[in-house]
Amino acid sequence: MEALSLLLHGFAVLITWKTLSLMMVGLLLGVFVGVLPGLGGPNGVAILLPLTFTMDPTAAIVMLSCIYWGALFGGAITSILFNIPGEAWSVATTFDGYPMAQQGKAAEALTAAFTSSFIGSFVAVLLITFVAPGIASFALRFGPPEFFAVYFLTFCSFVGLGREAKHKTIISMTLGLLLAAVGMDTISGQLRMTFGFTDLFRGVNFLVAVIGLFGISEILLTMEERLALRGHAAAIKLRVVLKVWKELPRYWVTLLRSSAIGCWLGITPGGAIAASFMGYNLAKQFDKNPSTFGKGRIEGVFAPETAAHASGTSALLPMLALGIPGSGTAAILLGGLMVWGLNPGPLLFVEHKDFVWAVIASMYLGNIVGLVIVLTTVPIFASILRVPFAAVAPMIVVSCAIGAYAIQNAMFDVWLMLLFGVVGYVFKKIGVPLAPFTLALVLGNRSEDAFRLSMIGAGGDLRVFWSNSLVGSISTLAVILLLWPLASKIFEHAGRLLRPAKT
Amino acid sequence: MPTSDPEIVVEDPREQEDRSPAVTTTAKVEAVVYVLLIVLALVLGYDNYRSGMGWAKDGPQSGYMPFYLCVILGSASLFGLGHLLLKRWHGSGTFVTRDQFRRVLQVFIPTFLFCFATQWLGIYVASFLLVAGFMRFVGRIAWWKSLVTSFIFALAMFVTFDIAFDVLMPKGPLEALFGY
Repeated sequence: MEALSLLLHGFAVLITWKTLSLMMVGLLLGVFVGVLPGLGGPNGVAILLPLTFTMDPTAAIVMLSCIYWGALFGGAITSILFNIPGEAWSVATTFDGYPMAQQGKAAEALTAAFTSSFIGSFVAVLLITFVAPGIASFALRFGPPEFFAVYFLTFCSFVGLGREAKHKTIISMTLGLLLAAVGMDTISGQLRMTFGFTDLFRGVNFLVAVIGLFGISEILLTMEERLALRGHAAAIKLRVVLKVWKELPRYWVTLLRSSAIGCWLGITPGGAIAASFMGYNLAKQFDKNPSTFGKGRIEGVFAPETAAHASGTSALLPMLALGIPGSGTAAILLGGLMVWGLNPGPLLFVEHKDFVWAVIASMYLGNIVGLVIVLTTVPIFASILRVPFAAVAPMIVVSCAIGAYAIQNAMFDVWLMLLFGVVGYVFKKIGVPLAPFTLALVLGNRSEDAFRLSMIGAGGDLRVFWSNSLVGSISTLAVILLLWPLASKIFEHAGRLLRPAKT
Repeated sequence: MPTSDPEIVVEDPREQEDRSPAVTTTAKVEAVVYVLLIVLALVLGYDNYRSGMGWAKDGPQSGYMPFYLCVILGSASLFGLGHLLLKRWHGSGTFVTRDQFRRVLQVFIPTFLFCFATQWLGIYVASFLLVAGFMRFVGRIAWWKSLVTSFIFALAMFVTFDIAFDVLMPKGPLEALFGY
């Protein structure tokens, strides 16, 4: 019950006019970037980060996480009304959402999407409230070897479980780790890989890279496509909302199942997209007549939206408790925390109790306020898409440049952003995943420090990573995950060789 | 069931050709990327070798981890290049068509010029020029609309960042004229 009283204290910190109005601003901005083509959660948070540099950390993180919730809500609007998924995890929402809009049931579909998003996040926040403190206090026992093992596990799970070609994931990850190492070596103070350029002494800033990789490259990709849109206008009436809500208890199995899938996949890195598809497919499989899916079933909206939001929210759990982001946006929020000198990880729960619980409380409030805002303002946001892209694109470019410049007041960073924009564009087109790169860039220095500190402690003996049962089991799990694709291939091969012998 | 017609329709003002010749194939671009990555791995690897990649008395030297990362990066790229040349060279799709490439340049070149202009004119004047120029020449939106929109946008950015949030941006001669 300690969690509950701390949570109440968190609410007390939040409920001031200033914080509440920042929440509203954050949510509106979030829905805005979620609806706009060529922007989404991670870009929106990265670009708007400079706005928060002068705020105190609590207000800033509350505003940023509200931008994130808003973007998650906003993605559903374009999926349902325009058949354009704002984010990869909204793809499954279009399957049944758009047909519903075509049948004139756009309001029902939107209400269903927003409500299930809310339910998914709510379950995930409950999980964070009661599980994160436990994990954090357990992780307080971690030393450098344990931390390195956990980072190693994160990297390995990306390589082993990712759907992209393995060498491409490895390239993306090592490139991120290398760029993170540019500049001053944090342990010996030596300069590395700067080649005498003074601008590189500071290192490659994580946020500059993210703004380029996601913001600029997304503009380039959007320009490549046709820009014509066709969609439905919708206003949500209270009567429709109540009608959908009244039917809600009937779908409790779907909602519960999707929430569970989402929470589980969100904690493991890179899960939101998989979660939404899995939620959708399972709902379809367990249904009595699966052939009606894809033609405007309301469960087809409930299932993926609940799962996507549950996973998007629970991705923040490992970030808060261990300092390991579960998604791209969580990685950017982590980058933000470091800008304010807060070091995410188990110590955060001890040293900055107020801050952590205010953030968790803001997740509850943000989702409730967000639900009300999106339900009432859908018509306005849908009409944003009427604004020609030729007007929106340069404004996004300017916002990206402002964001990149403001982080370190350096013109060099604006050029770097442009370079990363081109890199991101090319990488996306040749299928090199960007998520491992982002993760490696943000965790690079911490994982290297953990590695070198444990090496110093153990006198250079690699066996330190198997020196006790805790660190040993994490390291072993990491190696298993890394070799998983290889092992499954060998088993498959062996199976094929053995089968003819048996018959 | 009643089927409602789309109510929001946005047409693309730029004429589209469906069949435009490919500029290059994905395989070629991928190969170039691998070669560049191998060069990068060699250059960075050499730098780390120079700054010490071995073990000192107090543990690994500062070049230790990056050096081996370069080795991994180089080998993964080499593997990718080999795999590409042997197995997937033929039958890979189009990277960009000429039409698409032209559109990408339409946004990339103005962005490049914008970054360049920011150094001399300050970010607000440069963004006014970028938004107005882009709306007029790429979007073919009427002059007055373009100018008014971009003026309001640049002013709003100035008020938000420089006045309300105290985030300092590069400024040029125009801002100096007004005493900022």
